Amino acid sequence: MAEPMGFFTDTTVCIGCKACEVACKEWNQLPARNGGIGTLSGNSYDNTGHLDGIHWRHVKFIEQFSPDRRDGRWLMMSDVCKHCVRAGCMEVCPTGAIIRTEFDTVVIQSDVCNGCRDCIAACPFGVIDINPVSGTAQKCTLCYDRMKVGLEPACAKACPTQSINFGPIADLKKLAQARLGQLEQAGDKRAHLYGADETMLGGLNSFYLLVDEPEVYGLPPDPKLPSRNLKPSALWSTLGAVALAILGVFSFRERGARDV
Amino acid sequence: MAECHPVAFRWPMQAKLKGAKLIHVDPRFTRTSAVADIHAPIRSGSDVAFLGGLVNHVLQSERWNTDPFFKEFVVSYTNAATMVGEAFKDTEDLDGVFSGLMQYTPGIKEWPLDGFVGQYDPRTWQYATTKVGHVLTPPPSGPPFDPLVRSLLSAPPPRDETLQDPRTVFQIVKRHFSRYTPEMVEHVTGCSKETFLKVADTILANSGRDRTTSFAYAVAWTQHTNGPQTIGCCALLQLLLGNIGRPGAGIMALRGHASIQGSTDIPTLYHSIHGYMNHPSALKKHDSLRAWLLAETTPRGYWANTPKFMVSYLKSMYGAAATTDNDFGYDWHPKIIGDHSHLPMFVAMNEGRVKGLLCVGQNPATSLNASVERKGLAKLEWLVVKDNWLTETATFWQNSPEIREGQRRSQDIRTEVFFFPAAQVAEYEGSFTNTQRMLQWHFKAADPPGDCRTDLWFTHQLARRLKKLYASSSLSRDQGFKALVWEYDSDDAHERGRGEPDALKILKDINGYYTAEPDRHLAGFGDLKDDGSTTCASWIYCGVFPALDRNLSARKQADPPGAPGAQLEWGWAWPANRRILYNRASADPQGRPWSERKKWVWWDGAKWTGHDVPDFAPTKAPLSKGVPDGIGLDALSGSDPFIMKPDGVGWLYVPSGLVDGPLPAHYEPAESPVANPLYRQQSSPVLKYWKIEGNALAPVGDQRFPHIATTYRLTEHYLSGAMSRWNPWLTELQPEPFVEISPELALEKSIGNTDWVRVSTPRGSVRAKALVTRRMRAFTIGGHTVHHIGLPFHWGYQGLITGDAGNELTALVAEPNVSIHEAKAFVCNVERL
Repeated sequence: MAEPMGFFTDTTVCIGCKACEVACKEWNQLPARNGGIGTLSGNSYDNTGHLDGIHWRHVKFIEQFSPDRRDGRWLMMSDVCKHCVRAGCMEVCPTGAIIRTEFDTVVIQSDVCNGCRDCIAACPFGVIDINPVSGTAQKCTLCYDRMKVGLEPACAKACPTQSINFGPIADLKKLAQARLGQLEQAGDKRAHLYGADETMLGGLNSFYLLVDEPEVYGLPPDPKLPSRNLKPSALWSTLGAVALAILGVFSFRERGARDV
Repeated sequence: MAECHPVAFRWPMQAKLKGAKLIHVDPRFTRTSAVADIHAPIRSGSDVAFLGGLVNHVLQSERWNTDPFFKEFVVSYTNAATMVGEAFKDTEDLDGVFSGLMQYTPGIKEWPLDGFVGQYDPRTWQYATTKVGHVLTPPPSGPPFDPLVRSLLSAPPPRDETLQDPRTVFQIVKRHFSRYTPEMVEHVTGCSKETFLKVADTILANSGRDRTTSFAYAVAWTQHTNGPQTIGCCALLQLLLGNIGRPGAGIMALRGHASIQGSTDIPTLYHSIHGYMNHPSALKKHDSLRAWLLAETTPRGYWANTPKFMVSYLKSMYGAAATTDNDFGYDWHPKIIGDHSHLPMFVAMNEGRVKGLLCVGQNPATSLNASVERKGLAKLEWLVVKDNWLTETATFWQNSPEIREGQRRSQDIRTEVFFFPAAQVAEYEGSFTNTQRMLQWHFKAADPPGDCRTDLWFTHQLARRLKKLYASSSLSRDQGFKALVWEYDSDDAHERGRGEPDALKILKDINGYYTAEPDRHLAGFGDLKDDGSTTCASWIYCGVFPALDRNLSARKQADPPGAPGAQLEWGWAWPANRRILYNRASADPQGRPWSERKKWVWWDGAKWTGHDVPDFAPTKAPLSKGVPDGIGLDALSGSDPFIMKPDGVGWLYVPSGLVDGPLPAHYEPAESPVANPLYRQQSSPVLKYWKIEGNALAPVGDQRFPHIATTYRLTEHYLSGAMSRWNPWLTELQPEPFVEISPELALEKSIGNTDWVRVSTPRGSVRAKALVTRRMRAFTIGGHTVHHIGLPFHWGYQGLITGDAGNELTALVAEPNVSIHEAKAFVCNVERL
């Protein structure tokens, strides 16, 4: 297997230009919602709303201003599939359409997907949805086709401020630590990395530098896999089965006793 | 900058990652403010007050007065020590105006459209003892033209290097800005004194021997009735701080289009010819080549070579027909008769004075005071639109608001409209000149589809057909067109078959060659001659194509990582591939770098050398004296870095060249909610305003229009939307017209987020959705609370997404030097629909 590859998104240098959104759509030939004709969301400069089957990159805008404007921040973050090391979508896919590639990224094979939507519910980040053109579940492929020929993903290529960094995970982690250190040294107490270590789903191959709580960015603070329910539900199933068996035994015994 | 120039913004962000401090001055909290260390909000139209405050703060500061670097830079490299004539009276003396103000009289009766509300006689602004006008003995013509240039010499003005004399530029500047105190800045701009001082101290701390501060602005800074004065005020500040001609310093003009720099170098401007020479004019003493040279040549500094530039230019126009005997065809060259810039041309159209319009890559139907522009279009006999899509201009006769609302009927419009579909940039080769004055060649990837043609094709075919039309004319006015050299047919069979010209042949004309040996290209403008032996369309581009097989704009060799970053092998920058202009100023008067950290160009004992191409006579020693009666660079000393200036120094005070005063002064925009807090003079006494139907202005403090409005671009769209509102990937990002308003104003007007509102001015009104956000705020101006709204101007009635154009609101008001409009500051009302 090749070296694990991924994204490190430094939200502190994101300028919300959405070049990543457009570059992604252009390379992957994803349609605009409703042919590009929409209404103003009123939610800052975000008019595409969320990641889905035709929006594989999405820039979030979070306005934080005190009434007197003495304190003010406008946070921007380009969101994308996290390419989790332990990926919920892979766990639940009944057809095996979702695979882990040689780059340690998670890719949905459109020709194997039957559109059952299980992965949509299984993703703790709300990344996946059905692409109405193909009728299958789709999401970021980390530009698998580009990586195969040694090119970086379209979004990272288009990002003018190097907010989206692409490369071997090990290198990105070093880069992220250095940037975090720089911010901490400058007195930023809120800066932290999200998904850079193995505690979160074994590590996110697309991880972030944030300057506020994950919830502020619409990210789960402690994302869980669908398999988290396996042990407890297995236990309850076993207990239920045992109880049923006992009940059964007793019911037979009763009937048996009556027949006698 | 992040909003409108996200790609170039890469570099400020890289600097930030290395520890640079980023300051953003803007009424709104934008995507730039979001990543800036300091956001200083000021109300639209108060830039000179803010910059003037910085100038005053610097001059009063302990650091500036104690660190010898600043004094040495200013005394040696600016006109601070030069004495100004006794007749000059400042705004301090005349309560807001300069000496020489008079009533405006139109220059020529055929063109009473210049729009000035007043006029200055600039004679009193000159340096002491500078002679005004030309010497009386009739100087000889040429070639050679050196005697003519020499005849223009006059005694240099006196200097006081102690800077104590009250007539020195320094004392005049100091006095002029003394009223721009931090308190006054807060009072005028609405920016708190605290924030202003934070900005001022950050800039001051980041200027000096070891550190430099750079200013970057986008074109909105110029779009005010005192726009060039705003840029001039910034230049004045940067000169005082030693931030010109040095790495990481200067003023970066971030221009609008990809090649808008190129479009002023090889101008589409009406008032200049190639290489920033003034266009021959019927309003000036330009009756002959000799007269033009006398009026336009300065005997000292590099512009003393103007005869060489002009004669070589005329040779490029008229070729063999341009001879010494006929003034190189000067009489054939068209002359301007007044202001032919965008606004007066549309006023002229409204008056029925214009027959036809070629509109290439421009969309006036949604431009300034759009309904007036469309009314002008409707009075044309013919209109040609060449664009990628059917723009609002192409369909103004069919679906503009007037037609929709029944105020005008299509069948009553007699304008014949032609539409030419345009090729896209990857479908032809040519050069871009970016804002750094760098030419970059781009190559053709594919033929354009169908009937789409390049702009080059259009111009080439038009010229060929016109020449054919005039070929048999014996009228004297047509002789210039007959003599015009037009030999750009492509040698490539495929391109020739498609009627496309050869872009390299055009580049060759621009670069220049030896007239007698057309295959021998000129290597640089130092080789130009004033006798017709060299042919060169644009002297500033001379050197980009120094040999048949060497198109330097096509170079793509980046510097290795860690290098100082001049990138001399990437593309080619005019002049002479210099990356930083006036870079002699990066060394001290003795020729040593001001500091190791900021070394760029220096004297090595025998010649000038460094990371960049030195912008100086290559072997002129640092402390050598100028030749007293010398012309050109000979007249300048070894420590005069500003070689284009006749006195070789940067101008804090501008004795000539501007029509609205030698120093910047804060004037209110043509429409303002407040009286000018600084002077009795409300707005620029010489601004341009066209009093025509549909162009009314709100009086000062008009309660019907209590808010300040500004217009701007969003990252997601481009200008009038003619290129972006057809692309669904872009339209879904910003789908509807909106106006940004603060929650406080929304509450006052009972406006909810995304409610439809009407924004109105005395000129018109637009419908837009309200985007209620704390990124907008009210300003306290002179004790009054004034709400500020923001309006992206991208919409129109064509495209995938449509909506009212922001420019339905703006006025035909302009700045007096360059006629730039004032869409960045006006007053309006907002109501919920």
